[in-house]
Amino acid sequence: MDLTALAAEIGVIAPVTIAGRSTRGGARRDVRCVVAPAGIGTFLPDEMTVSCGAGTPIDELQAALAERGQFVTLPEGGTVGGALAVGRAGPLRLGHGPVRDTLLQCHVVLADGAVVMAGGPTVKNVSGFDLCRLFVGAQGTLGFFGSVLLRTRPRPAERAWFSSPGDPGPVRRRLFRPAAILWDGTTTWVCLEGHPADVAEQATGAGLARVDGPPSLPAGGRLKLSPSDLWRSERSPSDPWRSDLSPSDVSPAELPRLDRAAWGPFVAEIGVGVVHTTAAVDASGSVTDPAVVALSARIKRLFDPSGRMNPGRAPLGLDADALAAGAPS
Amino acid sequence: MHETTVSVMVDAGFLAKLSAALAPERVRVGATELALYRRDASTIEGVTSVVCFPTSTAEVAAAVRLAHDHRVPFVARGSGTGLSGGATPLDGALVIVTTKMNRVLSVDADERVAWVEPGVLNLDLSRHCASVGLHFAPDPSSQQSCSIGGNVANNSGGPHCLSEGVTSMHVVALEVVLPDGTVAMLGDCGGEAPGYDLRGAFVGSEGMFGIATRIAVRLTPNPPDVRTLLFDYDDVASGAATVSAIIAAGIVPAALEMMDANCIRAVEAYVHAGFPLDAAAVLLVEVDGLPHGVAADTERIVEIGMAHGARTARVAQSAEERALIWKGRKTAFGAIARIKPNYYLHDTVVPRHRLVEVLAQVYEIAARHELIVLNVFHAGDGNLHPLLVFDKREPGVMERVHAAGEEIVRASVAAGGVLSGEHGIGLEKRDFMPLMFAPADLDAQARLREAFDPEGLANPGKVLPSGSRCGDISHAPEGAWI
Repeated sequence: MDLTALAAEIGVIAPVTIAGRSTRGGARRDVRCVVAPAGIGTFLPDEMTVSCGAGTPIDELQAALAERGQFVTLPEGGTVGGALAVGRAGPLRLGHGPVRDTLLQCHVVLADGAVVMAGGPTVKNVSGFDLCRLFVGAQGTLGFFGSVLLRTRPRPAERAWFSSPGDPGPVRRRLFRPAAILWDGTTTWVCLEGHPADVAEQATGAGLARVDGPPSLPAGGRLKLSPSDLWRSERSPSDPWRSDLSPSDVSPAELPRLDRAAWGPFVAEIGVGVVHTTAAVDASGSVTDPAVVALSARIKRLFDPSGRMNPGRAPLGLDADALAAGAPS
Repeated sequence: MHETTVSVMVDAGFLAKLSAALAPERVRVGATELALYRRDASTIEGVTSVVCFPTSTAEVAAAVRLAHDHRVPFVARGSGTGLSGGATPLDGALVIVTTKMNRVLSVDADERVAWVEPGVLNLDLSRHCASVGLHFAPDPSSQQSCSIGGNVANNSGGPHCLSEGVTSMHVVALEVVLPDGTVAMLGDCGGEAPGYDLRGAFVGSEGMFGIATRIAVRLTPNPPDVRTLLFDYDDVASGAATVSAIIAAGIVPAALEMMDANCIRAVEAYVHAGFPLDAAAVLLVEVDGLPHGVAADTERIVEIGMAHGARTARVAQSAEERALIWKGRKTAFGAIARIKPNYYLHDTVVPRHRLVEVLAQVYEIAARHELIVLNVFHAGDGNLHPLLVFDKREPGVMERVHAAGEEIVRASVAAGGVLSGEHGIGLEKRDFMPLMFAPADLDAQARLREAFDPEGLANPGKVLPSGSRCGDISHAPEGAWI
């Protein structure tokens, strides 16, 4: 895909932002805005790869892949580039993995106008440093996606949603690699994928009843929690299915005390650590380690010395001012 | 390549401080140690002037801080099983060995996360977690001896990465000592880690971004059911066609591994796995998951194999038979010694649909250089592992081995592939990087390196060819070291 026109539009001076379909907050209105090319390039079902312009709508891409029984792990709505730049997964992350693992190769326009290729065209590739991972979730602050090559996957023979009045912990322990487990404090929803007979047996074994689909996710706020915080904060240490050990030095007593009352109605992604709340609570986590903030600022400065790429934006949890502090004044 | 006989003197002040920070018996300058640690499992030798064995994050940080203050380049080393010279010290670099940091710190069976120290061996972690029904999915053939720290540095793969993905997908957080000696936590055990994905940037950085001192890995539930099949063919092309047809049918098996005739004969004489000696290729397919899905996939795969020219389809009937088939695959490299004393193992990736064509080129290249080649490879990933076998006492043979290797790498990249699928770039393929990357691409990688390591002290001279970035320091800086 020819990115010369995009690179020319981005230019080499002055602040610039990029817009998709404004489904994830949209671009700043007071900054000159560019749009990445759209369109599917090459879809190779036998290779399980597809290339496309970053401006390609995700639903259009998924529809084309579905014709050959495949899909990509991207959340619904908006453009491919937008989803990658934000880096937030959809509700099937437990089974399908994070957005970052979908990107195999990308062509990115940097602040100096260079079109840079990162990654490689094959699923397995360790040639050089992994810039693809760096660009996913970077909110366009290091460069703008022009075109990408994504890993596709076969659609499962069956995908079905179930629910149970029980707590999600015991349900999860009876299931083999479910695609999603959601919980609103009283009801547990589960997405199972695979051979229909396996799906049926798993559901029966865990006492699940089939439902039409998942609950709608509240859009007021989005909390990040360590996956087990929801449980550990309410469990006693003698709980029989608490097998072992919090990571490193953290003891259960130090885990955050959850103020569920302040959330309003919520839906939690169990095993993932994301809670969708009705109230506009902000606790998506932030980068506090000074070494990490300094390193992030150095990266920003080396990729975008004048701070022109998507100014005012920063990856989730990083302060835009702290990031810019690395840039020369 | 990088053979050097330069003897390097150790700065006495640096050595004294390092001994004080660790313990004198864990800071070694004896001739035997220095000789042992001058290379990894590649054929490339370097030179070190001091080797140290820290036992904690604090000790790694102290060693790195001292190296930083004295402008001494340093190289992290796990088990030394790397094949690309990534852990080969250049210019007398300090070697920081992580093998004494080998504890599994915690296993959270609910959240399927384990914290480990970098020296934990890959297979030991899976054994440790077996009682709670979990394992660490990346499984390089060296998994009995390679360390998880090394897996992180090289973003290692293995046969089961076809369905499970490479190491990066199984590392959720890292405590690292940055090249200036500060300790930082990258990534997050759950949810959406805030900030840039520095975890993702660090994995696969071949020791050039710092040293991982604690690693949080995602554990994978052991599958309730596993089926292992073996097809044999009269020609390699039919095996490759089977691989593509399986993927095209919407099945992603746990593993899809192929061996050619030379490899089959070497392995069979060594482990007696029952591989047919007259076959041109065998294809090992493993399917795992829940029982109905495994049974349906197995049936479909047998149909596909037989429709694409397989002579027989052998489905392992017991755990023992399964283990034997896998032993045949994973000990292929040990079997080579029965043919010639030395081998050079390559690692490139090509798109699956070009496998047959590139393999034909590999045979032609080897024949032209009068070398024996055995092919054992991750067919599902298009990840080729041509093994050139030779006797290095034969005059001029190393030149032919290197020339053939370069041609294989060039043929793979020309076919739309990549330089390395799982062994990394290190020194071995550093100067091939421009085959795949334009100057602007390399400059972007060099910027990331510069952000992590402004002074270029962490494993200098690897991965990026010199000149990737203006002012790049590719060798030891001047200073106290000579």
